[in-house]
Amino acid sequence: MKNYQVIIGMETHVQLKTKSGMFCSCKNDPNAEKPNIYTCPVCLGLPGALPVANKQAIEWTIKLGLALGCKINSLSKFDRKHYFYPDLPKGYQISQYDLPFCYQGKVQTSFGPVGITRVHLEEDTGKLIHDTVNGKKVSLIDFNRSGTPLVEIVTEPEIYSSAQAKEYAKRLRQIIRYLDISDCDMESGEMRLEANISLQNIKSQISNNKSNSNDKLPNYKVELKNINSFRYLERGIEYEVERQQEILEKGETPVQETRGFNAEKNITYTQRTKEEAADYRYFPDPDLPPINIDKRWLGEINSSLPETLDGLFKRWQKEYSLKQELVELLFETADESRKLDGLFKQCHKEKLSVEKLVNAMVHKKVKTIEEFKKLTSVDDVSDESLNIIIEKVLKDNQKAVVDYRSGKTNVTNFLVGMVMREAKKKIEFGRLQKLIVDKIKS
Amino acid sequence: MTKISPNLVKHMSKLAKIPISEKEEGEFAKGFSKTLDVVDKLFKVDVKNVEPTHQVTGLENVLREDKVDEKKMLSQDQALSNTKKKYNGYFVVDQILAED
Amino acid sequence: MKTNELTLKKAIELLDKKEISLDEIYVDTLAAINEKNKDLNVYLKIDKDALEKAKKESNKPLRGLPIAVKDNFLTIGLATTASSKVLDGFMPPYESTVTKRIKNSGGVVIGKTNMDAWAHGSSTETSDYGPTKNPRNPKYLPGGSSGGSAAAVAADMTIAAIGSETAGSIRQPAAWSGVVGLKPTYGRTSRYGVVAMGSSLDSPGPITKTVEDAAFLLNYIAGQDSNDGTTSSLPIPDCGKDLKKGAKDLKIGICYIDHPNIKATPVAKAVEEAGRVFENLGAKVEQVGISSELEKGKILTHEHAIGVYTVVQRGEVSSNLSRYDGIRYGQDRSHFGHEAKNRIMLGTFSLSKGYSDKYYNFAQKVRSLYIKNFKELFQEYDLLISSPSPSYALPLGSLSDDPMFGELQDMLVEPSSLAGITGISVPCFRDEKTNLYLGLNIMGDYFQEEKVLQAAWAYEQASGWNPWVKI
Repeated sequence: MKNYQVIIGMETHVQLKTKSGMFCSCKNDPNAEKPNIYTCPVCLGLPGALPVANKQAIEWTIKLGLALGCKINSLSKFDRKHYFYPDLPKGYQISQYDLPFCYQGKVQTSFGPVGITRVHLEEDTGKLIHDTVNGKKVSLIDFNRSGTPLVEIVTEPEIYSSAQAKEYAKRLRQIIRYLDISDCDMESGEMRLEANISLQNIKSQISNNKSNSNDKLPNYKVELKNINSFRYLERGIEYEVERQQEILEKGETPVQETRGFNAEKNITYTQRTKEEAADYRYFPDPDLPPINIDKRWLGEINSSLPETLDGLFKRWQKEYSLKQELVELLFETADESRKLDGLFKQCHKEKLSVEKLVNAMVHKKVKTIEEFKKLTSVDDVSDESLNIIIEKVLKDNQKAVVDYRSGKTNVTNFLVGMVMREAKKKIEFGRLQKLIVDKIKS
Repeated sequence: MTKISPNLVKHMSKLAKIPISEKEEGEFAKGFSKTLDVVDKLFKVDVKNVEPTHQVTGLENVLREDKVDEKKMLSQDQALSNTKKKYNGYFVVDQILAED
Repeated sequence: MKTNELTLKKAIELLDKKEISLDEIYVDTLAAINEKNKDLNVYLKIDKDALEKAKKESNKPLRGLPIAVKDNFLTIGLATTASSKVLDGFMPPYESTVTKRIKNSGGVVIGKTNMDAWAHGSSTETSDYGPTKNPRNPKYLPGGSSGGSAAAVAADMTIAAIGSETAGSIRQPAAWSGVVGLKPTYGRTSRYGVVAMGSSLDSPGPITKTVEDAAFLLNYIAGQDSNDGTTSSLPIPDCGKDLKKGAKDLKIGICYIDHPNIKATPVAKAVEEAGRVFENLGAKVEQVGISSELEKGKILTHEHAIGVYTVVQRGEVSSNLSRYDGIRYGQDRSHFGHEAKNRIMLGTFSLSKGYSDKYYNFAQKVRSLYIKNFKELFQEYDLLISSPSPSYALPLGSLSDDPMFGELQDMLVEPSSLAGITGISVPCFRDEKTNLYLGLNIMGDYFQEEKVLQAAWAYEQASGWNPWVKI
């Protein structure tokens, strides 16, 4: 990869967990027991049926946009996007074209920020299952999923490695789960990843580095579609980088196409080559009046936002020295984070180490302060009774006291062990050490 | 005058998924050109600073609450009642995109 | 007089006085259908259980009376095809809002009427099930696309009917068939369960024997529908209450008749004569000049509307007909007739890459000009009158190869349809030789159905052209 820089833009589809459909009042349930049991005239695309937009889905989309630092279009609308596919009942998908609800946001990764181009709302399609029935190869269609609210998050082509792509996607999922607007279960298709991948010749970039880098994007891109795990995303991108590099080194240009990822063989494969560019014939859906997001409505949505995830991690770091990598394992939704915050406050008030509590919660799976206290048994021994034990231990180990006074401070480790043995209890190390030192100095 | 070629008609028939014969291509091309002759007179109209209309009565924000209404939902039988091409509760079409 | 010849209001009155029975009405109506349908081809389907259903409804406002419904309204239990073979045999699993409201009010859908396939046309000749003939003179067309509903009313094969208009499809067949047709404001009546044609234009409405019947029926079908986000929440006045208020002091503008294509034709004369009738009723009537650009006090020429309407409607048609893929219902896309194919492909073109700005977006801008024009005119005038059609009914077989046939027929109503305002067609002349009628199109501002109906009623009483109104 010395001569090439991978350039990745991502498109992520996320199903919102509203109770009902995007444009109809059908039940929204990704785990239906039978096919075609959650349909109605609207999501089945029957003649004469009309869509009416779900307010909750719109508010959640805007909420997500705000959480991603997006600007919000005050006037938005839904458009019809036309193409034919058996899982698309109306021959068009209701989506958003030139006025998405949200645009220009950002997601932070450890490799740098990733720009969010837009966040828009649309309806999901039905599901196809490929099968052989009576010796004939057929596709079976289930429209239960048809009309589920689907948010699409599109990034700028600003992701420069498979690892960053993976981190971005994970981070996005974390933010969405935090807002509690989707469970993002990738196995059941609640979150679907797509990466547009191409390689840039570094030399040609350097020679052009004065011009806008967007103008100099590679003249092709390969769409890696329907990835349902972060690991496959990473491996798929890595495979593509190698594959495209080989082609480029031969002096050729990779074919612009859609590819899938085969996890067993660990390779990507051609799904569809586009003969001619798609022509979706977008136009504003006349069935759906435009949406005016005035200041008042936007204010209401804004005030329903939880503390930002970044802010929360920074605050916990500052107040309790908590590491994000650890504490983030303990919650998903903002609701859960608020409960956790309460727990930390209580813990702190009781002069217990929040850091240790978090450690115990992660590794020992304790859930309450009581369990944590029991684990450390701290609550069983008061300072007074400890001091009695300490006095006895110091008396029995005069040499250690002398050693300490002469500067061998690490002798306290030994003394702490002795006190614990005497007390027959596990006592918080720091607390015990402090009591011992106080006693020696007194 | 907008001239519509049979080739463009062919492209439209593909986009619209309307199967047409070669003879029809020519006929439609002729008809389209004739229609567009009438339509093209429109371009004389001055629409500078005019916004397009998509909703004539000026409605906005007509939204529904997030509620399930089972009365409006169809049973599986009802959903499948107008097709013969069904199997085990699914709609059936000839296989499209085969997986590798 | 047979009971099927009664108006809706008269039938209710006589039923309430027990002078007639529902049985009589159904016997007479079904007899008329049996006698005439073979020749006129008005109905595609008849509900055999109509009388049985009717008897359970005799206490409701519509008293179980028969209502004929255009075949693009979805009706449970009655196949719905929009007169296209693509939907042959389609049995709707849900009911359109308009027919649901009719049924809830005690009306009975006696049958589904023929129409231009997908409502694409102004003659009812493009039906995949054969043309409907004009009951006033079977050598002539009834107009369209709601030709079956207009003919059903004209031939007394129902008491009243429902149609739908995109541009002219209620008013033009009403005019050609010598009946009354009301096109409500866009959003006054629900489109839910009506096979969509031009979604930003479609407007269901009553086709009846008298203005009074239209006002009465409108009360039961109009109003906001939670299933149609484009219906208005504005309250609906009882249009029958002050129907007989008269036309005194109304300011009425006469439109389009000085256009070269119309000037000095029988159509222009009939409209001018109607103007004099209104003057005699105490209205102030004046001619509104035509202009080619937006100009205060003048009406923007209908010529631009042909282009706007063609582009907008074809675009919406191509989109609305995308769902007919033969997978979930109906036949596949090879079953579309010539006219539908034509419209789908032209619409696809007008929305396609590189052309949508030139055609679709441009057209929607000119549409804004029409809206502005009407809004200004209705500050000056209470009502505008013109003709819903540039001619009498045309002979059968007139549907030429001209792809603009329908648009030329509908050009006088297209501006008002694009704007979405309301209008009613009432009989305003009868040619003694052919027995064919002309209609008067009375147009009002958004949601001014009540005012339009009041004027139409006064005109109907004073002019004497409506064969069901005895003076």
